[in-house]
Amino acid sequence: MSGDSILTVDRLSMRFGGIVAVNDLSFGAERRKITALIGPNGAGKTTVFNCITGFYKPTSGMMRLIHDDGRAFQLERLNDFRISKLAKVARTFQNIRLFPGMTALENLMVAQHNALMLASGLTFLGLIGAPSWRAAEKRAIDLAQLWLDRIGLLDRADDAAGNLPYGDQRRLEIARAMCTEPALLCLDEPAAGLNTRESAALSELLLSIRADQGTSILLIEHDMSVVMEISDHVVVMDYGVKIAEGTPQDVRDDPRVIAAYLGADEEEAIAVMESGA
Amino acid sequence: MGDGVTTAAPALTQIPRAPGIAFILKKALISALVALVLFSLMIGIRTEAGPTGQLIYWTRFGDLAAMVAAVFGGSIIVELLRQWWGPVGTIRIIPPRLQSTLAVARRGIAPVLLIFTFLVPVIFYDQRYILDLGILVLTYVMLGWGLNVVVGLAGLLDLGYVAFYAVGAYSYALLATNFGLSFWVCLPLAGILAAFWGMMLGFPVLRLRGDYLAIVTLAFGEIIRLVIINWQSLTGGPNGVSGIPRPTFFGIPLVPGPDGLAAKLGIEFSPTHRIVFLFYLILGLALLTNWVTIRLRRLPIGRAWEALREDEVACRALGINITTTKLTAFATGAMFGGFAGAFFATRQGFISPESFTFQESALVLAIVVLGGMGSQLGVALAALTMIGGFELFRGLEQYRMLVFGVAMVLLMIWRPRGLIGHRAPTVFLRHSQAISSDLVKEGHG
Amino acid sequence: MDYFAQQLINGIVLGSIYGLIAIGYTMVYGIVGMINFAHGDIFMIGGFIALISFLILVSIGLTVVPVILLIVLLVSMAITALYGWTVERIAYRPLRHSFRLAPMLSAIGMSFVLSNYSQVAQGARVKPVPPIITGGYTLLEQNGFVVRLSNVQIIVVVTTIVLLAIFTWLVARTRLGRDMRACEQDQTMAALLGVDVDRTISMTFVIGAALAAVAGMMYLLYYGLVDFYMGFVAGIKAFTAAVLGGIGSLPGAMLGGLAIGLIETLWSAYFSVEYKDVAAFSILIIVLIFLPTGLLGRPEVEKV
Repeated sequence: MSGDSILTVDRLSMRFGGIVAVNDLSFGAERRKITALIGPNGAGKTTVFNCITGFYKPTSGMMRLIHDDGRAFQLERLNDFRISKLAKVARTFQNIRLFPGMTALENLMVAQHNALMLASGLTFLGLIGAPSWRAAEKRAIDLAQLWLDRIGLLDRADDAAGNLPYGDQRRLEIARAMCTEPALLCLDEPAAGLNTRESAALSELLLSIRADQGTSILLIEHDMSVVMEISDHVVVMDYGVKIAEGTPQDVRDDPRVIAAYLGADEEEAIAVMESGA
Repeated sequence: MGDGVTTAAPALTQIPRAPGIAFILKKALISALVALVLFSLMIGIRTEAGPTGQLIYWTRFGDLAAMVAAVFGGSIIVELLRQWWGPVGTIRIIPPRLQSTLAVARRGIAPVLLIFTFLVPVIFYDQRYILDLGILVLTYVMLGWGLNVVVGLAGLLDLGYVAFYAVGAYSYALLATNFGLSFWVCLPLAGILAAFWGMMLGFPVLRLRGDYLAIVTLAFGEIIRLVIINWQSLTGGPNGVSGIPRPTFFGIPLVPGPDGLAAKLGIEFSPTHRIVFLFYLILGLALLTNWVTIRLRRLPIGRAWEALREDEVACRALGINITTTKLTAFATGAMFGGFAGAFFATRQGFISPESFTFQESALVLAIVVLGGMGSQLGVALAALTMIGGFELFRGLEQYRMLVFGVAMVLLMIWRPRGLIGHRAPTVFLRHSQAISSDLVKEGHG
Repeated sequence: MDYFAQQLINGIVLGSIYGLIAIGYTMVYGIVGMINFAHGDIFMIGGFIALISFLILVSIGLTVVPVILLIVLLVSMAITALYGWTVERIAYRPLRHSFRLAPMLSAIGMSFVLSNYSQVAQGARVKPVPPIITGGYTLLEQNGFVVRLSNVQIIVVVTTIVLLAIFTWLVARTRLGRDMRACEQDQTMAALLGVDVDRTISMTFVIGAALAAVAGMMYLLYYGLVDFYMGFVAGIKAFTAAVLGGIGSLPGAMLGGLAIGLIETLWSAYFSVEYKDVAAFSILIIVLIFLPTGLLGRPEVEKV
């Protein structure tokens, strides 16, 4: 692992009662790179995500996040909303969690809550309609518009998020996470349920986020074509432990990885092998 | 009972069919039979404590027969109507074309209603009853709008809203009677105290969801009421507080004589002046509530409330502090309740714990839900319907609550999502389009 | 100590009544996921029906107390159960798949309907009955203070235990119980596997109402009076008991009932009668702060 990690996970363990979901896991996510976390179903990937983003309190272990300016955060010490607010870790969910009754634009406005809250003088300046608030609101709408444009949903900005097609919802959730201006973006199966064309567009979007925003990305993904195409580094988990890591090529040829997938799920194993062809 | 059950299956599984006369009669007969058993003892027999203290009873078989016959006839009529309109649930009484016309008309309702409300004291100047009713309706509009912040926007179920109404009322009453503070000084204090109690309620319930939240808020409302009843030295207990000063026109009392407003304006004094003043006072307070709420919805805090209602987990992932968001919702809603309470105290001149029962909370909640959660216009219309409708049955006295209960059940069955069943976005790029309530979540409470 | 023992007995008796009502709340909540606000009023109706049938039986010259009690019990259970069934049928079933607040408000409306129906039908005044069961046992006598266990108290507690046993057997061993548990887990799946969901839910209301009727009758025997307003307060307290025990849990409901009964009685005995309800509600709030799912409730695992 090279020196410039944005996130270093060190000996992370998570137990639920007697079940060990994650066992002594260590890995790093490099700055401005895309790191993929793969593994068969039930390997504990989402649990790792939930620990990183503060939804679970890990049983033991450390997770250190270092911003570009050198500020460091121990994620296991921050709770829920502070991880997003202070450490600037954004995430999406396996089963999309948009605000379905709010428009696409509103979804992106909610994501800018903390910045806007300050700009509205904790509501009081906003209530009297201060010019500084109006300007900030305008900028927020512009940012939202920019992201809607990038995900190709500009003309659906005023539609309820719950009315958008599935693929659009996935992209909107990523855009919403990006509107928090994160240092690290965690994506939980962003390509799940997408067709080939949509996953190609997704790969493109993620690559452009890395290139243009310089955001580091950590993703869980089962779609091996996406993983192989865009990841810089792959970490493979099975039964809560890391069984391999390296470049996509290294991992693809690793017999342990193939065994894990074969042992777990035939289709996925085939997917791993075929994606190399 | 077998056949009776299948007819009310959800609309989805309803197979269109035309029930014959035999079916309708059978159903009516079953209903009548059920009614006979239900009413047999409760209506057929009347008990009362006799002159010597022991219980006596007499029979009322005539009433019983009449009730059972009414159920039989009613059942036939309902069944025929159902056949006429098609199954419940897929019912479309209003044709689509008319609906779109109505949608256009709806945009005009709010301004027309507002202008009309402003003119009420002019039009009905001589009709004290209408003015009083108007004040009552506006009080509930204001309470509805206040609770709407908590229930409609933030999606937190509050069954003890009346507690804040009580806190506001008693704050004004006690501050005014004990320290002689004026209404205009007490009004903000009442709001602040109520908001404080809103936060007090907010803290313990932060982690609670759904029905736990409901029962704790209900318990909170009851605690406040019981404390008011029992803390006699402060609140006067069940006897309440009387002699609460009437509001002044910013310091000038509305009384006959040289110091009164009438004399200062050089017009003849009339007791109606005060009623008209109270009318505009509550109208102003209600409009303030409305204005603030509409403003807040477009601010980050308001959006966070709505986002909280939609998905709390997603909110946390976006860095929104759930705790402060919930507390501000409780505090804001409570503050408006406190204002309304202060107004209530000054209008009545007398308050007692009887005015702050669970029924009031239920009534305000019904107004919010019937209004279509989150819709300001809907809440106003619902308050008008419920309070106005309630007044129509004033003459019936003891049947009034019965009618109110029946109306609540029927209204919920008729429009479970309220009168205004859509949500207006708070911000838009090109055009604001209403969001169907089917998409809008109802929150955790 | 003697005083405490006496209060303990009184608290357990009161708690049994609350527990019986709480079971109805908890069962309905478990299956339909709604607070049946009208349940307290169903209890009140049960009390009234017990009162009226008792009056009739006495006036036709029946004097054997056990026979009277049995008939009154069966009649009030049967008629009240039909009330429960009707309420579900009219006010809740049309809203089964609706927006969640609608059935709650419908239930609040139904609660107003039932209490005012009794008021209109039977008058607003409190209905007293002379003590039906008298006598009892003196358990302890010292320093001039007597700890008594009355026959009424024995009947209340024994009836509660017997019903609870029958009911537990019903849920654990019978087909209806299995259907109920299946509906609690997943109504759609239960329906696909051939469970008649409508019927199961109806039966839940019927059983809950029957137990509430028993509670109503016990209340009548114990306190010797009924009135149209008693459903509200008893209902809130029983619901508090259900929540305290962990809503959805049957033993929890009974435990919560006992807890509320004891808190109320002991608070009245040692502190102030006026604030007994405040104490009960405050303890509810305090317990929920620390145990958000009640004493025996299943912890809610947040799925992300």
